[in-house]
Amino acid sequence: MKRTIPLLLAMSAGFVMIVAFFIPATLTWGEKVSIWFDILASIAFILGGGNLLKVQLKKISDKTAGWGYSVITVVAFLVMLFVGLTKFGVNPNPAFPAHGHWAGQYNEIGSPFWWLYEYMFKPLQATIFAMLAFYVASAAFRAFRAKNFEAILLLVTAFIILLGRTAAGVFLTDFISADSGFQGLRLENFTGYIMDVFNTAGNRAIMIGIALGTASVSLKILLGVDRSYLGSGEE
Amino acid sequence: MAQLMTLGITAAFLILLTFAVISWTNFFKTIDRRWVFLLMLFSVAVPVYVIGKTKQTFPEKALPLAQAVFDEIEKLNEGDKVLLAFDFDPGSEGELGPMATMFAFHCATKKLKMYFIALWPLGRQMIDDNIEKVIKPDFPEMIYGEDYMNLGFKAGNEGVINVIVTDIKQLYTTDAYGRDINQIPMMEGIDNIQQMDLILNVSAGFPGTKEWVQYAVTPFPHQIRLVGGCTGVQAPLLYPYIPEQLPGLLAAIKGASEYESLVIGKYGGDGISGKYLEAQRRMGPQLVAHVLMVLLIIAGNIIYFVERTREARP
Amino acid sequence: MKRWLIVSIAANLIALAGPGTRAATAQGAAPAPPTNLTVADHPWDNGDSLDLKWELSPDDASLLNYQVFKALGQIGPVNQSPLEFELVGRVPPGTGEYQVSHVPAEIEKSVKDMESHRNLFSDPPLPEDPRKKVKLKVSYLFRVVAVAKDGAPSTSATTTEPFTPTREWFMGNRFSLSIITVIFCGAVIFWINRARKGKPIKVRKIAGLEAVDEAVGRATEMGRSILYVPGTQDINEIQTIASLAILSRVSKTAAEYDAKVEIPVARSLVMATARETVHAAYLAAGRPDAYNEDLIYYVTDEQFGYVAYLQGMMVREKPATCFYMGAFYAESLILAETGNSIGAIQIAGTAMPAQLPFFVAACDYTLIGEEFFAASAYLSGSAEELGSLKGQDVGKVMVAVLLLLGVLMATIATMADNATLQDWVTYLKEIILT
Repeated sequence: MKRTIPLLLAMSAGFVMIVAFFIPATLTWGEKVSIWFDILASIAFILGGGNLLKVQLKKISDKTAGWGYSVITVVAFLVMLFVGLTKFGVNPNPAFPAHGHWAGQYNEIGSPFWWLYEYMFKPLQATIFAMLAFYVASAAFRAFRAKNFEAILLLVTAFIILLGRTAAGVFLTDFISADSGFQGLRLENFTGYIMDVFNTAGNRAIMIGIALGTASVSLKILLGVDRSYLGSGEE
Repeated sequence: MAQLMTLGITAAFLILLTFAVISWTNFFKTIDRRWVFLLMLFSVAVPVYVIGKTKQTFPEKALPLAQAVFDEIEKLNEGDKVLLAFDFDPGSEGELGPMATMFAFHCATKKLKMYFIALWPLGRQMIDDNIEKVIKPDFPEMIYGEDYMNLGFKAGNEGVINVIVTDIKQLYTTDAYGRDINQIPMMEGIDNIQQMDLILNVSAGFPGTKEWVQYAVTPFPHQIRLVGGCTGVQAPLLYPYIPEQLPGLLAAIKGASEYESLVIGKYGGDGISGKYLEAQRRMGPQLVAHVLMVLLIIAGNIIYFVERTREARP
Repeated sequence: MKRWLIVSIAANLIALAGPGTRAATAQGAAPAPPTNLTVADHPWDNGDSLDLKWELSPDDASLLNYQVFKALGQIGPVNQSPLEFELVGRVPPGTGEYQVSHVPAEIEKSVKDMESHRNLFSDPPLPEDPRKKVKLKVSYLFRVVAVAKDGAPSTSATTTEPFTPTREWFMGNRFSLSIITVIFCGAVIFWINRARKGKPIKVRKIAGLEAVDEAVGRATEMGRSILYVPGTQDINEIQTIASLAILSRVSKTAAEYDAKVEIPVARSLVMATARETVHAAYLAAGRPDAYNEDLIYYVTDEQFGYVAYLQGMMVREKPATCFYMGAFYAESLILAETGNSIGAIQIAGTAMPAQLPFFVAACDYTLIGEEFFAASAYLSGSAEELGSLKGQDVGKVMVAVLLLLGVLMATIATMADNATLQDWVTYLKEIILT
C-alpha cells in the first residue's frame, strides 16, 4: 500500500499530462497537475529550511570539523529570513498608509534586504562564477592530451576557436583577403563555420539521444517498470 | 610580413617552451595547480592594468553580424523609438555589460527615444546602472520621460512579450519608479511595442532573444524589427534565426567589441571615456588568457609525449 | 460636335484612370474593399480558432495592410445597440486569409505565472491574453478592412451571421506527433514484454557504470565517504529522477560494502525522495541499521551557494569517490575540478549538452546523455529495463530514417528545382517535425 498509492498517483498524473496534450477537452487537467506540483514544491521549502537548521545546528553542537561554517550558514539564513519576512526597514506604501511598512516592497532599493542582496549575495555569486576561468585553465593543462586521432582533431579545433575568438585570430590570417575565395579560411570565419556546422551537428545528435532517453525513462516510470524513485526496484 | 614575424616569434617561443618542459618534465608534471591559477590571474590582471594605463586596445575588425547590428541602429533617425530589453544579471555582466552600455550610448548619441525594459529580475539594476553611467553624466540634456524612460521588470517571462506586443499599457500602469505611465510624455500614443522602430535585446539566457524572436518578431514580422546581443554559449542557438528574424547579433564579448569599435569609430572621437571601451579592453585579457590556455595545452601535451617516449624506451 | 469631343475626351480619361490607379490619383482616397468574406471553424482544434478568407481588394498592390476586426455576435432577440468591433490582427497585402487563433499552452501558462507575481496592492488585473481572440461557445462577427499606405481605410467586408467555433476531440496539429509517440511507446512496451518472456537483451559496456563497484570499493578501502550529487534541479526534472534511480543502485552497493554515502541536495523534494530511495536500498541490502537519514540533507536552492558548500565540504572531508548525476549548469566544472584536486575518483552523468565537455575533461568517467538514462537499466540488469533500451533504439532508427529522407529530399529538391519535392520537404519540416 505504501508503494502502491504513490505508484498509482504517479501513473495517473503522468497519463493525464500525456492525454491533456492531445485531447482539447482535457487541456486544463495538465495545468492543474502542474499547479499541484508547484504547491508541493512551495511547502517543501519549509521542510528544506527546517532540515538545513537541524543539520547545521547538529554540526555546531557536535563541533565537527568546519562547524564555524555552519555558524555562518545559520546566522545568514536567519538574518535573511527575518529581514525578508518582516520587511525590516522598508518604507510604507503611500497608496496604503494604514498598513504601514507591510504594504511596501520587500526588496525596495535601500532596504536592508536589498542591501544584503546587492552587496553580499551578488558579489559572492559573481566570485564563485568567476572561479570557472581558473578551473578551465587547470583543466586544459591537465586533461587535454592528444592520445588518439580524435583527441588531436579536438585539440586543433580548440586552438582554432580559442584564437579565432580573439584579435590574434584576425591578425594571423589577415593576409587572406576578405573578398577572396579563401576568405572562409580566415580564423574568425572558420571559427563561425565550426560553431555553425560541426558544433551544431554534434549538439543536435546528443540532444536527439537525450530526447529519446527522456521519453524512454518517462515511459518506464509511468508504466511502473522503474520504481526506484519509490524505493527499492525489487518487489 | 607582420604575420610571418609573429609566426617566427611564436615558433621560437614554442621551441623554447618545449626545451623547458623536456628539461623540467617532473616539475611541470607535478606542478601545483595554483601556479596555473596564478598564471591565469596575471594573464587577466596584467592586460587589464596595461590597457587601463596606456588606453590602447587591440584593433578590432567588425564581422558581418556586428556590422548588421550597427547598421540597423544607424538607419534610425532622431526621435525614432527604440525598446531596449536588458535580460541579464550581474553574473553575465562581464560578457553583456559592455554591449548594453554601447547600445545606450549609440541610441543616446543618435537622439533616439529609449524605452528600457527587463524580463529578468536583476535586469532592472542593469538598466539603472546604464542610465547612471551613460545617460545622466554624458547626455544631461536628455530628460526622463521625454527622451528615455525605464519600464522596469515584470515577471512572466515570454508572457510579458506576448502581452506588450499588442497592449503595453494594460501591463505597465507605472514605470519602474512608480510614476503613472499616462503622465509620461513619451508614452503618449504608444499602445504596443509594434510602434517601436527597433528592439535591442541583451540576453543571458531564458527569457531572452529566442523568446523575443518567437513571441514578438515571428507573429509580427513586418511590424517588429529586432537585433540583439547574447552570451557565447547562447549564440549557436540563435544562428538559425539569422538573418530573417534576427538581422544582426553580437555574440559574447567579441561581438560587443566589434560593435563598440564601429560606434567609437563613428561617434567616439579622442578622449572617449574608458567606460565605452570596456569590450575592447576585455578583449585584451581574453586574448592573453586564450593564448595562455593554448600554451598550457601544448605544454601538457609535450609532457605527455615525453612521458610516453620514456616509457617506450627499454 | 464640341459636345461630342468633350464627352469622348472624358470617356478616354475615365478609361485611362482604371481601378489600379484610383488610390494613386487622389490623396486620402479610400481603397476598394475586400469582398466575399467567409468564416469557418478551424479544423481539429480546441474550439478557439476560426479561419477567415476573403477576396483581395482590387487595390491590393497599393495597400499597407488588411485589418481584421471582431465583435461579439448577437444571439436571440436583436439588440438595438451598435456592435463594437475591436482590432484583432493585421495582414500584409496579397494575403486573403487570417486565422483568429488560440494561444499556445506555454504562453497561457506564462500569463498565469505573471498573474501570480503581480503586486496585489498596486497592479491591476491582467487583461485576458490578447491573442486569445475567440472562445468556445461564443458567437462572433468579423470585419475586414483594406488600409491604404496613407492610412485611409476602405469600407468593410463584414460577415452577416454570427459564427461559433467548435471544439474537436483531437488536436489536429499534433497528429503526426501522436503517431510518432504511439510507435515509439509501442516499441518500448513490445521489447519490455519480449524481455519479460526471457529473450536475452545485449547492451554494450558503458565504462562509467562498470566502474561504480570499483569506485565504491575504493571508498571503503580508504575509509572515506562517497559524495553523491543528484544535480541542481527539482524532482520534476527527468534527469533528477534518473539520478535517483542510479542512487538506488549506488546506495545498495555502498550498503553491502559498508561505505558512507553523503547526499547534499539543492531541492527539498529531492531530499525527501532521496531519503526514501536510499532507505529502501539499505533495506534491500539487508543493512537497515546502517541507514542514516542525516546524510541526505538540504543545502540551498541557490546554484552557486550550493556549489560553494559542496566545494568546501569536498576540500574538508575529502570523499574518495564523487558521483555527479543529474542536471547541472555552470557549476559542473567547479565541482569536477575540486574533486580532481582532492584526488577523488569521479563519475559523472548528465543530459545537459553544454556541460558534457566539462565533465568529459575533468572526470574519470562520464555518462553522456543517453547513457545516463540507460544507467538505471544497466546497473539493475533487470530484463524489463534492458528491454526498454531496445525499444529506444526503434526511436533512433525512426529519427535516422527521417533525417536521411529529409536531407535527400531537400538536396534533390534544390538541385532539381522540383516543386513537388519542395512541398514534401515543407510538409516534413512544418507538419511532421513541428
